[in-house]
Amino acid sequence: MRKMTKALMGMSSALILSTAIPGMAKADELTLCWAAWDPANALVELSKDFTAQTGTTMKFEFVPWPNFADRILNELNSGGKLCDLLIGDSQWIGGSAENGYYVKLNDFFDREGIKMSDFAEAAVNAYSTWPKGTPNYWALPAMGDANGWFYRKDWFTKPELQAEFKAKYGRDLGPPQTWDELKQVAEFFTGREIDGQKVYGAAIFTERASEGITMGATSALYPYGFKYEQTPGKYDMDGAVNSPDSVAGLEAYKALYKCCQPPGYTDSYMGEGLDAFKSGQVAMAMNWFAFFPGLYKDENVGGDKIGFFVNPKQKVAASTLGGQGISVVANTDNMDGALAYIKWFAQPDVQKKWWALGGYAVHKAVLNDPSFKDSQPFAADFLMAMNQVQDFWQEPSYAILLQAMQKRLHDYVVADKGTAQEALDALVNDWKEIFEDEGKL
Amino acid sequence: MTDAPSTIAERSAEMLARSTPTTIAARVRGLSDRAIAWLFITPTIALLLAINIFPLIWAVYLSFTNFRANRPNAEVVGVGLRNYQRVLNDPDIWIAMQTTAHFVFWTILFQTVIGFALAYLIDRKFRGHAFWTTVILIPMMLSPAVVGNFWRFLYQPQIGLFNYIVSFFSGIPPSSFEMLGSVTLAPWAIIVVDTWMWTPYVMLICLAGLRSIPDYIYEAAEVDRASAWRQFWSITVPMALPFIMLAVLFRGIENFKMFDMVMLLTGGGPGSTTEVASITLKREAFESWLTGRSSAFAIILFVAVFGLANIYVKALNKVKQR
Repeated sequence: MRKMTKALMGMSSALILSTAIPGMAKADELTLCWAAWDPANALVELSKDFTAQTGTTMKFEFVPWPNFADRILNELNSGGKLCDLLIGDSQWIGGSAENGYYVKLNDFFDREGIKMSDFAEAAVNAYSTWPKGTPNYWALPAMGDANGWFYRKDWFTKPELQAEFKAKYGRDLGPPQTWDELKQVAEFFTGREIDGQKVYGAAIFTERASEGITMGATSALYPYGFKYEQTPGKYDMDGAVNSPDSVAGLEAYKALYKCCQPPGYTDSYMGEGLDAFKSGQVAMAMNWFAFFPGLYKDENVGGDKIGFFVNPKQKVAASTLGGQGISVVANTDNMDGALAYIKWFAQPDVQKKWWALGGYAVHKAVLNDPSFKDSQPFAADFLMAMNQVQDFWQEPSYAILLQAMQKRLHDYVVADKGTAQEALDALVNDWKEIFEDEGKL
Repeated sequence: MTDAPSTIAERSAEMLARSTPTTIAARVRGLSDRAIAWLFITPTIALLLAINIFPLIWAVYLSFTNFRANRPNAEVVGVGLRNYQRVLNDPDIWIAMQTTAHFVFWTILFQTVIGFALAYLIDRKFRGHAFWTTVILIPMMLSPAVVGNFWRFLYQPQIGLFNYIVSFFSGIPPSSFEMLGSVTLAPWAIIVVDTWMWTPYVMLICLAGLRSIPDYIYEAAEVDRASAWRQFWSITVPMALPFIMLAVLFRGIENFKMFDMVMLLTGGGPGSTTEVASITLKREAFESWLTGRSSAFAIILFVAVFGLANIYVKALNKVKQR
């Protein structure tokens, strides 16, 4: 019996050790977590230089977008040690700062001479600071991004379509400047047969589960004048979130969805939008600038066939913010290595190479370079978008706030429940309840 | 007369019995049979306590607090019955419960009727019935994730086979209706998929019931000149009823907590049209991180399922005793 007990204890110890060992980080190894998308591949390429210079092996944990927030926030909440570095969404910064998941980087930046004034102001404000606008930095701006548009340039330049459009609307067929024009162009293309295929006007975001429809609809809401609060920081949402301008913006988004979205795109986000465009189903599509380099290189719809434009204005010029900052996870076993990576990544030369590889650097050394605007066909639009971005709440309770908005928008836009006014009124009530629970109201 | 073993088999059995120690404890000195029994079942009990009982008790505790899993540093405060009050007064949760009830009712109805009909046919033992039984069982052997994904393609309005089949028979253009994007059709789209997948399971249980009915009862009924219709209603249905009720119980419990397939097909949409209780619970617990409130919701669901299942089992026992 004693032998049996010893054998059992030995086996248990071996089992525990065998499961524990892979979780222990090596001193010369770093794991960087991010979403699985085109720029992540560029970062893998870029990071080879870091490995060459420091000898640190870089490991990557890329999670598909629909599961990114679930997976990574679970990791942070459970105190996991998977990630040493995290390129997390801008909305996570409030919660991650207040819960101690990210390392505050002010002292490190001061010590290493890293200046936030070297980066675009909007990006620093969105990706690095908490509380918003204060000089408390929890991330280095890593990937600037905004929601933009691309279109089938080859279709727009067809002489017969140009003539027909001009006759109908009295202006040239080109990238729309306003949301009204956007709808006209979308309607013009919807139902047409081009290259032997029935096409539709625009692919827009309607995804329900994570953040899709909110990111799409805010691209209409912001230009129409939607605001989260009447007075910033006061949480006085009544009259801002559900203002007549906001209602008009939401109605415009629904009108675009109803008139011109391809059939079956009732739960679509980045991937579905790209599919619709690449398969030649739509004349225009909204998506994040991060995908534009890949689209431009696409053999079927890229090159001369594609054009890009910034989110159309209406009352004001505005774009929905995407993008992320890179943070050091407080739980890391390799703090020195993680900080070394941040220091390396902040260098102007590295930032230039990052842009060249397909990452959206927001370092002024890149953006202020006279050749920047002509470096890519979408570079000028990217600059314009980054100067007009607006972001969702970055509060610690952002996830609940987002879920409420997802529900109200999807109920109205896709499921046809109620009016825009009712949807936004209900949203205000949801958000009030959340902020009351938080003790902020 | 002696009880000496007479056959070779009996003699062998006796020799084997003699060579076996009277108790296992004789081999492991100092331990009684009871102690050894405990030794063997302790790991299982410990595992059960660790992964079933403890989380349940912990969830009950959390349901009375304001705990949020994404706020580890925040103070955990007792809130009494507030979480339960908020769950029970939340109209969205009641809508989700109605959606769940609609889904459970119709799937069970269709699966029971079709499953029993298939079992009745398969029980006829026609030529090739074994092959057709295997074919019918294929859907339930698939992973719900696979089923969800390929039905998404089947339901795609532009390229989906389902829409083309409907179009072929009805003349309605295939891209003119969206099974997963329409508020009216989406709940039925999920019911169709669940029925397609799980009817074979109900069929199997019903088949076991049908095959347990002794032939002599039918023979006696035929002697009494009972018609086939009378035999069906007076013998087949009553004797297979406990099995049918068991199938309904299993499918009811499963469908009450249905998550994966609905998530893959519609994600609860369009809007919240197909948001069943399990999806609401997941969103509250792991997207909104309202751990205390979601624990209260989970406990309410648990009590509801447990209570209903108990009432049902009592009814089942009564039917069996008849």
